[in-house]
This record gives sequence, C-alpha cells and structure tokens, in this order.
Amino acid sequence: MPNEEVEFDFLKERARIIRRHVIDMTCAAGSGHPGGSLSATDILCTLYFKVMKHDPKAPQWKQRDRFVLSKGHVAPALYAVLAESGYFPVKELDTLRELGSRLQGHPSYGKLPGIEMSTGSLGQGISIANGMALAAKLDSADNRIYCLCGDGELQSGQNWEAAMLAAHYDLDNLVVFVDRNRLQTMGDTEDVLSLEPLADKWSAFGWNVIEIDGHDFAAIIKACEDAKRCRGRPTVVIANTVKGRGVSFMENNPDFHGKCCNPEQKEKAMCELEECL
Amino acid sequence: MKNVAQRAYFGKALAELGDRNKDIVVLDADLGGSTKTSDFAKVHPERFFQCGIAEQNMMGTAAGLAVSGKKVFASTFAVFATGRCWDQIRQSIAYPDLDVKIVATHCGISVGGDGASHQALEDVSLMRSLPNMTVICPADANEAYKATMAMAEHSGPCYMRMGRADFPMITGEDDEFTIGKATVLKKGKDVTLVGSGQMVSVCLEAAEILKDDGVSAEVINMSTVKPLDADTLLESAERTRCVVTAEEHSIIGGLGSAVAECLSENGNQPLVRVGVRDSFGESGDPDELMIKYGLTKEDIVFAARKAIDRKRKKKGFLWRK
Repeated sequence: MPNEEVEFDFLKERARIIRRHVIDMTCAAGSGHPGGSLSATDILCTLYFKVMKHDPKAPQWKQRDRFVLSKGHVAPALYAVLAESGYFPVKELDTLRELGSRLQGHPSYGKLPGIEMSTGSLGQGISIANGMALAAKLDSADNRIYCLCGDGELQSGQNWEAAMLAAHYDLDNLVVFVDRNRLQTMGDTEDVLSLEPLADKWSAFGWNVIEIDGHDFAAIIKACEDAKRCRGRPTVVIANTVKGRGVSFMENNPDFHGKCCNPEQKEKAMCELEECL
Repeated sequence: MKNVAQRAYFGKALAELGDRNKDIVVLDADLGGSTKTSDFAKVHPERFFQCGIAEQNMMGTAAGLAVSGKKVFASTFAVFATGRCWDQIRQSIAYPDLDVKIVATHCGISVGGDGASHQALEDVSLMRSLPNMTVICPADANEAYKATMAMAEHSGPCYMRMGRADFPMITGEDDEFTIGKATVLKKGKDVTLVGSGQMVSVCLEAAEILKDDGVSAEVINMSTVKPLDADTLLESAERTRCVVTAEEHSIIGGLGSAVAECLSENGNQPLVRVGVRDSFGESGDPDELMIKYGLTKEDIVFAARKAIDRKRKKKGFLWRK
C-alpha cells in the first residue's frame, strides 16, 4: 500500500475516534455543539495529527505553530484532538462543562494545555491570529498560524476588519480555514444573512483563496502546502463541509447545532461511528 | 503651576520604553497624531502597527501579540477604546488576562467642540466592571508619564484614561507613583475630597476656598480607580467622617461609585459625588462645559458643605437617640 494511503487511513481512524468523543462528551455534559464539531473534525485532525509543528509534551515550545479556534463552540472536537495528541489525559474529556473543569463550554486560555486563546464570542479569532502572525514576523520566526472560523460568524464585521489588516501587512504565515457547512442556528447561512459569493469577497480583500472538500484529507494537506508556498498574502481555505458529518441523522440537520443527542440517538450515532467513514 | 497635556508625556514615555524594551509594540486606530503614539512610531516604526479605523480588530490583534509574548499598548480616543470594542476587550483581553495596555486620550467633557459623540463619560464604568482590569486616571502629565512606565512593569490588562486639554501640573517629577496606591496631597480634618484625573487639581483649588471659610479639607489623588486604595480612603474617611468625590465622568460606575461601594460596605460616612449627572455632553468651550455640567471648584465646595452638613445631622440624630 502506498504511504499516502496508510497516512489517510491513520487520519480516518483518528477522525472516527474524535467523532465518538464528541458524541460522548456532549451527551455526558447534556449540552454543547455536536453539529459543528463533527463538520470541523477532519480539518482539526489533519492540522494536529499531520500538518502542524507542535509538541504536546511542551505546550509552550516557542517555535510551535499556533491554532486559534474562532468558532469556540466546537470546543468538544478541539478538546478531543488535544487529548488524543497527548496534551492531557483522555479521561478528562468526561468533565466537559462540569463545575471546576478545565474543559470549559468554550475554550479558556491558561487553564488547559494546548489552548492558545479564549474564544466563544464569535468573530474574534482572525484578529487574534493576526496578532500572533505579526509577532512571528517581528521575531523572524518561521512558525505558522492557523485559525478555524465558522461560516456563520463571518457575518460579523470584525472578520473583515481583520481580513484587511492581514492583507495590508502581507501575513503569509497565516492560514484561515472556513468550516463552510452552510448552517447556523436559525438555518441556512444564505437565508439568515447570505455570505455568497464568499470566495470573491476574500479575493477582493487581497487573500489567496483555496476552495476544497473539507472532509478530504489529501485536499486539506495540499491546501496547507499551497498556502506555505504563497508569498506576501494570507491564505483562506474555504472548506466545504457537512454539518453533523459522520452521523446520518445529524448530517445537514440544524437541530444539532447547539443540542446533543438523546440516549437512543446516542446509541445510533455511536453505532454508525463504529467503522470508518 | 504650568499647564501641560498628559498625552505629550505619554508619548514621550512610550518612545523611551521602546528604546529599553524590544518587546513593546504599539497599535493605533488612525489617531496616533492626537494620542501621541506617533512619538513611538517615529523612533520604532517596525514595532508600530497602524490598524486603521477598526478598533475591534485592533483589540483582538493586541491580544494575539500579547499572547505571543509582546507587551502591547493600544491607543485611541476614550470613546472608541472602550465602548466600541468592549466585547473584544472582555473576551480576548480581560478574560484570558493578557498583557495589553489600553491607553485612551480625549476622555470626558473637556474634549469640547466635538460634542457628545466624542466625550467619553462612561469609559471608567465600562472598564471597571471587567475582571482582571486595572483602571488608571493620572492626575497630570507627570503622572501620565509615570503611569506609562509603571504599566510597562505591570503584568495584565490595564486601562489608562487621559484628557485632551492641557491640565495643571500638580505633582512633582520625583513624587512616587504606584499602581493601586492613592496619595494624600493635602492633609485636613473636616472633609475628604477624593479626585481622579484632572479633577484632582480642581479639588486642590476647592480646598483653598474651603480653607478661607475655615473648613479643613483633605485631598486624595485616587489615580488608580481599580483596584481602589480602600486603606487610604477609609483611613481618611474615618477621621474626617464625610467624603466628596470628583471626576470628569458619569457619576454612575466611575470613581464616585467605587468610593460609594467601599464606604457603604465599610464606613458608611456621608458621600456626595461630583460628576456628570447621568447625561450626555454637548459641544462648547471646555471651560463653559465644566461649568454647565457641574465640574468646577465651586461645585466641589458646594458638595463639601453638603457632606459636612449631613455629617452634622447624622451626629445629631445619633445624639438624640
């Protein structure tokens, strides 16, 4: 079997485990955002298990690549990826949203190793990533900054302020992923407040735009490599995804944006996630 | 006493800090010429980032730089530095407890002609309610300089507010300044006048008028509004047994509120607040506005008499009991 395929099998298996964690954690907590967590899982797995330069044994390693989860509500997926990377015990995932837990409902900086910034109030992540990218440039460091945004949160004006600044300062060490699952709390993004033509908007703001299938590991890896080669401009990867990906009855279902499965649904979901997609 | 603009000394301090500390980074939202961060930009252009008229992104960018180990000063007018981007400050700076110093100029009503849209009268209130946030209102240019230096040594989020106009220089170059420490500028026994920002000098003038009337007023410079120096305040209030606060800010949420909270939980001495009484400002000459909105030395004298009167009545009531 060629190496690439072995690698994709590894990522697929990782993604399956992360998805099971997401269902488990949100059900145990009785609340959370499983839909967006499942749509972002393949991107997070590819970044943490393949693309990013980081060391779970030394979370503060200066040369590490940095990751900002702008869509803070998909914290369950990030926590699961961090735990499976070795930042903290996997067992701690059971404490999501509990009193005194380091796994806050939305990421909280300074509590849990691997969390690079507090997020949750939407629309703020790209600005944070801008600051990190500027700092890396000031230090002549070659680390890269990754940020994952939801599509709905791009309705917030601060993103476009941030988009202007990143292009103005030629932040080619910055890659923003847009988890384009097309669904937000009140339904289709295009019905709530249309984002299209989304790629054109980013192009007009001076960004290098890459559009991919956000569940295709090869495409995610290639986008990151292409971004690295693009000089003088920040890169946005519009990753077309399926909300609730991996669980048939959750896919494209806005009901699971901010609601977890009931016990029967959980059983069915875990059953579907027994095997790789 | 000469009048000096606080922001001029802030700019000077910032430029000096930049020479000494390579981690200092300054962000501007298209007002650097007025806030005087341009003084830093002239000597350290590589560490000065113009963010344009986009304060929300400026605060987030400041947070990203701070979390990467930089000491960040982000500056603009007080109105835009607080209300415009309050959630960004809350979520991305105060909650993660990052080393970002928000320095605002053009606070209060003495902004003058620009009118209510540019006169921040709620900024201290907005910043004071945020956990982890330190709030500094230097009394004059010397304190603005020293507070800037002190913030560079301090770890965690800070908000410093300064005026636009030239204010009397009431402290000396060698006077000590410590974040969180109030200073007693004048000892007295009948009433305690607590001022912040440019109202400290007005308190000193009011104390002179009161002295001529045989009233001995103590004047405290509460240059850090949060954390409030409760020890200095209560020690004074226990002796004088009545207090007046004076600030160029709304009486809601600022120094007056902070002192009221402290006194009502500890001493219960009568308190009268001098400040803008729950209204927006308007255009006008700064001096005219200070009169119209009740921020003159005469207003403080009137408040002091009221406070002393209440103290006496309270004493009488206790005696009758």
